[in-house]
Amino acid sequence: MTTTATRPAGAKPRAAIEAKTLRTDRWWLAPVLTVIGLTAWVAYATFRVFMQKLYWVDAYHYLTPFYSPCVSKGCYPAAAEFGRFIPDNPLIPFAALSLPFLLLFRLTCYYYRKAYYRSFWLSPPACAVPDGHAKYSGETRFPLIFQNAHRYAFYAAVLISLINTWDAVLAMHSPSGFGFGLGNVILWINVIMLWAYTASCHSCRHIIGGRLKHFSKHPVRYKLWSWVSVLNTRHMGLAWITLATLALTDFYIMGLAAGWWSDLRFIG
Amino acid sequence: MTVRQFKVWRGDAAGGQLNDYKVEVNEGEVVLDVIHRLQATQEPDLACRWNCKAGKCGSCSMEINGMPRLGCMTRMSTFEEDETISITPLRAFPVIRDLVTDVSFNYQKAQEMPAFAPPADLAPGEYRMQQIDVERSQEFRKCIECFLCQNTCHVVRDHDENKPAFSGPRLFIRAAELDMHPLDARHDRKEIAQQSQGLGYCNITKCCTEVCPEHIKITDNAIIPMKERVVDRRYDPLVVFGRKILRRDQLAATVPAGPTVHAGPVTVTDGQAPVDFGRELTPPQPTDVNASGHVNLNEMLSDRAAAASPFGDDITFPINPNSLNYYHPER
Repeated sequence: MTTTATRPAGAKPRAAIEAKTLRTDRWWLAPVLTVIGLTAWVAYATFRVFMQKLYWVDAYHYLTPFYSPCVSKGCYPAAAEFGRFIPDNPLIPFAALSLPFLLLFRLTCYYYRKAYYRSFWLSPPACAVPDGHAKYSGETRFPLIFQNAHRYAFYAAVLISLINTWDAVLAMHSPSGFGFGLGNVILWINVIMLWAYTASCHSCRHIIGGRLKHFSKHPVRYKLWSWVSVLNTRHMGLAWITLATLALTDFYIMGLAAGWWSDLRFIG
Repeated sequence: MTVRQFKVWRGDAAGGQLNDYKVEVNEGEVVLDVIHRLQATQEPDLACRWNCKAGKCGSCSMEINGMPRLGCMTRMSTFEEDETISITPLRAFPVIRDLVTDVSFNYQKAQEMPAFAPPADLAPGEYRMQQIDVERSQEFRKCIECFLCQNTCHVVRDHDENKPAFSGPRLFIRAAELDMHPLDARHDRKEIAQQSQGLGYCNITKCCTEVCPEHIKITDNAIIPMKERVVDRRYDPLVVFGRKILRRDQLAATVPAGPTVHAGPVTVTDGQAPVDFGRELTPPQPTDVNASGHVNLNEMLSDRAAAASPFGDDITFPINPNSLNYYHPER
């Protein structure tokens, strides 16, 4: 009779290392900075969105992006380029049509997902640092399976970027007609950065050409895909830059509307 | 030369501990050199896998100061002189001894992955692809299978119970490579990625990309595109509706879903194998040598512009398939 060596049943053990992580670098710094940055921004944006004033500079037609498109019955008539039809209520933001989609776009964004899974949810806080949770099912079930809806938020974000661009065009205004000032420079930088962030989206990269199997049969889409791919490598940077430009643009217009400073005018 | 402090994990499946060592370090050395010096001078039975010492074989994967890295690609000059450097085996896999782990999880997952499916209307030798069509897949071919990404991925590293359902980043780049392959005939790779490989478990925290020694953009170029391709098939109502109307889903079912073994079974009709796999083939003939037994490297004497092929210069491409002991299962 021959005997065969058998392996012990069950999972074989891993190396018994007591320390949860042996990393000696400052791996906690990035998640901490992310928490501080995102919390500060969300706090500022929430405060501004529900403030419902200081969002419009009538002389130069500056409208802050947090109130665009201004569709509430409480909007200044001159600021409401697309009509006023939603009820005026302190709990309903004046831009209630666009803000939920912008929030969704950023919440389901592949970069922000990494940022908040790591920093807020600690899953994992950093590479080779243990997950903060005992169970993990990823994005396989409710509610996180809805992260797959990112491309619809992207479509909405494209429409909203068009509206922001239109706002920037309308803001080339002065009481005497055409005008151009520091506020326009800020608004245009913000719009350009928003377009760069929106175009660098991973879903955009997929839709524009990434989904193809044969690039050689679609030379135009291949070209577009390679441009989006270049932008896409900077998606994280653009995500933070646009948070900054949005807040700064809003803050500058709030200051103008409140009379804290006056706009530096180049024309008009 | 300096003498530096190290903590190296020694033990096996029954247990182990971090031992302290003082080892000499010279200018230009890497962590693997230190391991070798440790073996040569203090611990002759320290177990460690290594092979090429050039970051191309993927053998010397270990965790250095807690980060999954290749021992041969981690320069000692990146550490402070007074720093104690910890070296441990990969944590996500069962340990065999010291720094050697059992990585068979990855081979098991690779075996479950359906192989490249050759197009039915082309014979071997007739495959033609354009460079821009294979560029994306070529990035993933850089993989050296060091399994650092598999080890660092928290889905299995911190949750061993996910191992049956989750294949890991290394296999996701394989899935993306084949799904983007211009000649791959399978249409169900998205379903396989989602259902058998567990693509949905990935929460794109990008640690696989961070540790990849070949700098493959695993998350941006493979996992996210695969997730988007899955969205096309499963979560995009417009696409699902379009497929129903155009009946694309009925066209697609040419290759069976589910994992298959790599080489498909060879059909043998009436006891006659299509190819006699035992036949003796004429081996490639070696190149001409001169009187001293060397290849003529002098361009005045050689009859070709480039160096002679070590496999023989009598091969012309495309190779005649009849001269190979190979059978194309669909021809």
